[in-house]
Amino acid sequence: MALDPKKHEMPVQDAVVRGKNFDEVALGYTKEVAIAEAQRCLNCKNRPCVSGCPVNISIPEFIAEIKKGEFEEAYRIINKTSSLPAVCGRVCPQETQCESKCTLGIKYESVGIGRLERFVADWHNEHATEKPAKPAPNGHKVAIVGSGPSGLTCAGDLAKKGYAVTVYEALHTAGGVLVYGIPEFRLPKKIVAKEVQTLKDLGVDFQENVVIGKTLTIDELFEMGNEAVFVGSGAGLPRFQGIPGESLKGVYSANEFLTRSNLMKAYRDVNDTPIMKGGKVIVSGGGNVAMDAARTALRLGAEVHIVYRRSMAELPARKEEVEHAEEEGIHFDILTDIKEILGFHNPDDPRDERNGFVTGVRCVKTQLGEPDEKGRRRPVDIPGSDFVLEADTVVIAIGTSPNPLIKDTTPGLEINSHGGIIVNEDGLTSRKGIYAGGDAVTGAATVISAMGAGKTAAAAIDEYLSK
Amino acid sequence: MYKIVRKKVLNPTVTQMEILAPLVAKKAKPGQFIILRTDEDGERIPLTVAGTDPEEGTVKIIFQVVGGTTEKLNHMNQGDSLQDFVGPLGRPTETEGIKKVCIVGGGVGCAIAMPVAQEFHRLGADVTSIIGFRSKDLLILEDEFRACSNKLVVMSDDGSYGRHGNVTVPLKEMLEAGEKFDLIITIGPLIMMKFVTLTAKPFGVPVTVSMNPIMIDGTGMCGGCRLTLIKDGKPVTKFACVDGPDFNGYEVDFDEAMSRSRMYFGFERKSHESICNLYKQEAR
Ligand SMILES: Cc1cc2nc3c(=O)[nH]c(=O)nc-3n(C[C@H](O)[C@H](O)[C@H](O)COP(=O)(O)OP(=O)(O)OC[C@H]3O[C@@H](n4cnc5c(N)ncnc54)[C@H](O)[C@@H]3O)c2cc1C
Ligand SMILES: Cc1cc2nc3c(=O)[nH]c(=O)nc-3n(C[C@H](O)[C@H](O)[C@H](O)COP(=O)(O)OP(=O)(O)OC[C@H]3O[C@@H](n4cnc5c(N)ncnc54)[C@H](O)[C@@H]3O)c2cc1C
Ligand code: FES
Repeated sequence: MALDPKKHEMPVQDAVVRGKNFDEVALGYTKEVAIAEAQRCLNCKNRPCVSGCPVNISIPEFIAEIKKGEFEEAYRIINKTSSLPAVCGRVCPQETQCESKCTLGIKYESVGIGRLERFVADWHNEHATEKPAKPAPNGHKVAIVGSGPSGLTCAGDLAKKGYAVTVYEALHTAGGVLVYGIPEFRLPKKIVAKEVQTLKDLGVDFQENVVIGKTLTIDELFEMGNEAVFVGSGAGLPRFQGIPGESLKGVYSANEFLTRSNLMKAYRDVNDTPIMKGGKVIVSGGGNVAMDAARTALRLGAEVHIVYRRSMAELPARKEEVEHAEEEGIHFDILTDIKEILGFHNPDDPRDERNGFVTGVRCVKTQLGEPDEKGRRRPVDIPGSDFVLEADTVVIAIGTSPNPLIKDTTPGLEINSHGGIIVNEDGLTSRKGIYAGGDAVTGAATVISAMGAGKTAAAAIDEYLSK
Repeated sequence: MYKIVRKKVLNPTVTQMEILAPLVAKKAKPGQFIILRTDEDGERIPLTVAGTDPEEGTVKIIFQVVGGTTEKLNHMNQGDSLQDFVGPLGRPTETEGIKKVCIVGGGVGCAIAMPVAQEFHRLGADVTSIIGFRSKDLLILEDEFRACSNKLVVMSDDGSYGRHGNVTVPLKEMLEAGEKFDLIITIGPLIMMKFVTLTAKPFGVPVTVSMNPIMIDGTGMCGGCRLTLIKDGKPVTKFACVDGPDFNGYEVDFDEAMSRSRMYFGFERKSHESICNLYKQEAR
């Protein structure tokens, strides 16, 4: 059989239709397409794709099972190293990880590893009937701070070994960024809810509405009988640009904009939480967060511009999200930097209702100069190229850093200059019995690396407490 | 779920509730707040902790019905349960080294000020309280303030109770008469806090204001609660939920805060109307 040079297309909702709804964009492979895509895999001996995966999933092996139609077996192989395949299959940046190493990719398009992972996970979720048996308790108690991918993974691995695990979450719903950040149209919330339910079936106790550092401190968690604590509190502190006009009405951090829409479900009209809808929305930034904010704004009825300082090639977002955003009609104003947010001001009437609302942004064009420490070419302003873009809403999506709350309330916990908790290769912090992982350690990163860190820490905690 | 253990109507628009939330009850200090949701579709709203009973595990909140969510909350009764209740959030009011304090509260801000006044009283400070209301029917917590204040002045905007006028009048008189406060703490509408700060300025008395911007998570994650302080002539952004809610009154950019507090005005009015209509239909 001749080798198909292209990946099998992912069926998607029509771009015009999906621009008006919050349903999932990518619809997933059918059984037949999955098997056909799996057949493109050359099953290379040296398995380069595995080295591209942050948690080293046995990729050729699970793909081999798909070829045979043994989907449940494929799931079992992935599940050995990944706890959240339905999530990672949807949100991992495969083009810079596993798929970037695929041998096929040298001449043709790489195997659609992410799409196959998603297919296997969805198939399992739909067809698997057996519930995981609750393991016999081993008598040890562990607390997890935060219910993002790192916390959920650490909780799951420990619960499977018989630990009594309690997850403490500051917000009212478990899932971390998977529920408050990444929108429904990219990651349906029922998938996250199912992962949480699976952990509950394993006996994990979820305590929402508990802010560690406020409601309880980590030292109190130890006093309550926990022998180890895993901190997976993420990097939730939004950064602003420090430019004039950021306090105007209509300026949001991406976290606020997305939280209002996702966690508080402001996109549904029945809900009480308000959000600015429609008009012209400018999103500043070029990562996944910027794409999500832009596509959410579009679905709320706005004309949306993404303003980014570098060029399309440097956009840090997943490739697929950028393509989807373009198809949906989002404008990309690249090589452009926002210098100031402009607001309405009626000098004659201080009571004018429009006063203080955003009217636009003052931008300058940029060109790419010398590479910075990370090797990315630095944007340099082009003098005299100032222009104004009109806007009703501005969303700042230029990054986040770890929240200082836990550090401030846990004596002896060391952090680095970026606010990340310092850990060794096992995820152990400067304090005995306290482990950490995910964005709280690395700063904003990826779901799969957070998941991997949760796994590493769970293994280390198990070893520490089995001694 | 968090059970409403007791409910008491303080005046036609202000209600007090005690909520079963043992972890919060154990931890909360004066000046801190909680965030609640009434139901699955509800918004998250912040309310100050107005008192705690750690033994019973209850937290007291006092709220004024101003919009949709407070309206919904007011329709809930003893025995009902709130969907979510998280706290204590924010930093407690700083009390150290304060021997003589003046508390200036306005409207429902008095509910926020009351536990602070009680704490200073408990610590043995000399407490002067000035509380102001639009009119007599809106008066709340007079007895509570009397019990914890060495001196209490009640003001009403329309003269229907206590002295006629607003809270800055007696404050100015006291300062002019040479009262030496170590600190003035003011809690109430932004415009009132701005004028209390302006009144105190010529006398060089430190002023702490309690800022109540719109909040969502209350943990520093969204930045919606941000406000600007002017420190040494330079603007500095702070998040009220984690850096506050108390700030140095002389540094706060009140005009910006007032503008931001009206961001959702149109939406709020509509939401309140539709929730009221819902209750009217049910009542029929
Ligand atoms: C909008 C958006 C889109 C993204 N898109 C992608 C993508 O496509 N692909 C990808 O790989 N990655 C993506 N990411 C990044 C990815 O989501 C994160 O790297 C990952 O979620 C980090 O996981 P975590 O477990 O470290 O923390 P988080 O997911 O941040 O979870 C931390 C949890 O801890 C809770 N918490 C914090 N402090 C406390 C406390 N004191 N007490 C109790 N609980 C606390 C928080 O409320 C939160 O629920 C995206 C991020 C965002 C914001
Ligand atoms: C830290 C903090 C502590 C608070 N403590 C108390 C308290 O103890 N008791 C109490 O009654 N209220 C308190 N508030 C204010 C309370 O949160 C708001 O009144 C409430 O969110 C209004 O919700 P709503 O849906 O009923 O009204 P909305 O429909 O949201 O608003 C109705 C009207 O109230 C105004 N408003 C909205 N939010 C606020 C706000 N945060 N501050 C002032 N005005 C607002 C709106 O501009 C509008 O005019 C506090 C606020 C903060 C930030
Ligand atoms: S309320 Fe979200 S950061 Fe303060």
